[in-house]
Amino acid sequence: MQPKSVLLKILDVLAIVLLGVSTYFALVKAPTELVMGNVQRVFYFHIGTAWTALLGFLFSALLSLIYLYTRDLKWDRFQVAAIEVSLVFFLITIVLGSIWARPAWNTWWTWDPRLTTAAITELIYIAYFMLRQGIDDPDRRARFGAVYALIGGISAPITFYAIRLFRTIHPVVIAGGNPEAQGSFSMTPDMLTAMFVALIAFTVIFIDLYWNRIRLGNLEDQVEQLKLKVMM
Amino acid sequence: MAVKTSNVSQVKSGQRSAIRGQTSGSFLKAVSAVVWKDVQAEFRSRELFSAMLVFSLLIILIFNFALELDIKTRQSVTAGVLWSTFAFAGTLGLNRSMAIEKDRGCLDGLLLAPVDRSAIYFGKVISNLAFMLIVEIIVLPVYSLLYNINLFQPGLLMVILLGSIGYVGVGTLLSAMSVQTRTRDILLPILLFPVVIPVLLAAVKASDGFLNGVEFSEILLPINILIVYDIIFISVAFMFFENIVEE
Repeated sequence: MQPKSVLLKILDVLAIVLLGVSTYFALVKAPTELVMGNVQRVFYFHIGTAWTALLGFLFSALLSLIYLYTRDLKWDRFQVAAIEVSLVFFLITIVLGSIWARPAWNTWWTWDPRLTTAAITELIYIAYFMLRQGIDDPDRRARFGAVYALIGGISAPITFYAIRLFRTIHPVVIAGGNPEAQGSFSMTPDMLTAMFVALIAFTVIFIDLYWNRIRLGNLEDQVEQLKLKVMM
Repeated sequence: MAVKTSNVSQVKSGQRSAIRGQTSGSFLKAVSAVVWKDVQAEFRSRELFSAMLVFSLLIILIFNFALELDIKTRQSVTAGVLWSTFAFAGTLGLNRSMAIEKDRGCLDGLLLAPVDRSAIYFGKVISNLAFMLIVEIIVLPVYSLLYNINLFQPGLLMVILLGSIGYVGVGTLLSAMSVQTRTRDILLPILLFPVVIPVLLAAVKASDGFLNGVEFSEILLPINILIVYDIIFISVAFMFFENIVEE
């Protein structure tokens, strides 16, 4: 078993430190929002996790294409890692959003385009793992996974656009002017700083987890090959 | 051993690409041969068709009790009830049509045929679509009769056609995947439903518009979504079907 590389160890520490810094900025440094009060502070982590998870899903669709083109199982391990970490991050986004929505919209959940698309996206990638679980042959598992991740990656934006036929009440904080949005607010410079710190922090945390997950995938692969050797 | 098989597959793919160079007439012939095989097999056994039909009628029956379909609710939920019925009955048909191929090694036989794999895909799509449309054509008058609503409007029929094409286009690809897994009986709806939601959403919206006499300009948007979805996903399936069935 190869030991953790020094760079990864440094990244581990950096991720933990940045999580602390971002928490400080979100909970202490950023001013309290006038209308919503302290619950608005959820926003910083909500944005941070949502941003990284969506990028991760996008990235995994790209990895699908690379895998189908090269047929190197390495890219499959990269894809599984990206989807797994993104799935957890997106779940955190949804839970945090729900916590915020309870006081802001007076409900835990509403069938708004963003919320619905988020739920469906989670279901697509959960289905992705259920599909993989049912296949033993690694090559076939990788091929089917890649094709399904690609289909899911194309379908999710269309779903979002289709649900937009109905009206939305989700606030678009950055460059948005939907008059029907509820719970929208404009940011002070301190809030902006806190948001960017959260964005950077969660990007680093994502990369760190992603890297660790790839390492785990490689180790799993080695274990599988050793098992095969023993059985021979 | 590994080297040998890769050689064989190289030769195979070489042969196939040579065959691919043939005229489009042979492609159409291959597609129609697959369709004809499915239709003939179905005509003899009538397994798939009867199961789908009885299942759809049962679903409508269940909705009748679950939703208390009185005159007022009928106006608003007919489109939803119809599309839920089609979606559930559709998975039954898709699953069965691929499971038959897998069961007795028919799929391997099909793959050995010296034709482009996308011909197999299109053949399967057309036969699945035909079965689904036949079931829908029977369900519509039954529903009309039971609930005294006229469902035979050209607009609605067009929406049903467009929606079924998108549904079957993705469903055929995914059912080819799900039958090759260990959990094949339960996996298809789990894979299919989250991906096919845009179709169901747009189809329900458009059907509802036609049933309630909404202006055509308002229905145009969901119809456009249906068309765009059909084109995108049939092209994607066309490109990647080969990755699903290769051995």
